[in-house]
Amino acid sequence: MIFHIANFYSKCLWIVLIIAISFNTPAIAANSGKDILDSKCLSCHTISKKTPSTLKELWERKGPDLSSTGIKYKQEWIKQWLQKPVRIRPAGMFYGNHIKKGKKTDEVDSATLIKHPKLTGEQATLVTKVLMTLKQNQNLVKTGDYKPGSISLTLGEMMFDKFKGCLACHQIEPGYGGLSGPEVYTAAKRLQEDYLISFMRDPQAWEPKSIMPNKHLKETDLQKLVHYLRALSQENF
Amino acid sequence: MKYAIFIFIYCTLPFFSVADASAETAKDNYKTYCVQCHGLEGKGNGINVPDMSTQPRNHTDAKEMSARTDQELFKVIKEGGQAIKKSVLMPPWGSTLSDGEINDLVKYLHHLCKC
Repeated sequence: MIFHIANFYSKCLWIVLIIAISFNTPAIAANSGKDILDSKCLSCHTISKKTPSTLKELWERKGPDLSSTGIKYKQEWIKQWLQKPVRIRPAGMFYGNHIKKGKKTDEVDSATLIKHPKLTGEQATLVTKVLMTLKQNQNLVKTGDYKPGSISLTLGEMMFDKFKGCLACHQIEPGYGGLSGPEVYTAAKRLQEDYLISFMRDPQAWEPKSIMPNKHLKETDLQKLVHYLRALSQENF
Repeated sequence: MKYAIFIFIYCTLPFFSVADASAETAKDNYKTYCVQCHGLEGKGNGINVPDMSTQPRNHTDAKEMSARTDQELFKVIKEGGQAIKKSVLMPPWGSTLSDGEINDLVKYLHHLCKC
């Protein structure tokens, strides 16, 4: 009798063990945002400070460097975007790799553009958590550099287009503006305001070979441009 | 003394070669920074052009390009369009390119316009 009970318990233990292992193995893998980052992200993105220092390196880069994520991007936005990625750079990471001659002007060669992989809600949460701990270049961002304020969309657009010429490379709504740079109508949803100020003030401090020129903007203009980007991001394009 | 000069030159040589190595060719700089507006063939028809209020200069137009001096071309690349009373859409590249690289680009423009 005792033998039968012991046998029954040992069988039960085995079953429990097998169930635990079968459930636990994927859970262990999925538990690590770092694992997802390693397996899904690092073939295109870098997470250690490795800014392109030559043009060749700039051309070869497939995705933005993520080593400053914690001081650059907004956490909630990354989490959402990773689950529903939408193209930010109409002509890809380096436009020169994705253009062809067109009838009147050069055109984006859409066939060469790569779609960003989609993550599940759980994966996105885990990866975002890890990414937000990456804070390279912290010395370039001053907390509170951006002083909240407002500007009308009309005035902001005049500044962005007519006075500063930013529209040459950036779209301010889908289908309107330049194509070589990232669109800016979701910029303030994506990026932290203090980072925006820092990057526009001196793009080369972040990336020596960046195709974003330093326009030597006055401090008041930097603030106004971020007011405009914030107003633009409320438009829900 | 001769040896001292030789040793001095030998020791400082790597510094010069490092400086040279960081300079990019005019062709590569043009491909990276200029083509987005001036186009793959330099005809002023890059991917950014459709929504522009002012058309970028056609670098293959010998007549238009000869109207500019080398000093003006250098200035417009380094300080932007407004520095020579032209469009704000041409940004200043002085923080991106060295003076040497800008001079090389001016020579490259002569090559493009064959002028």
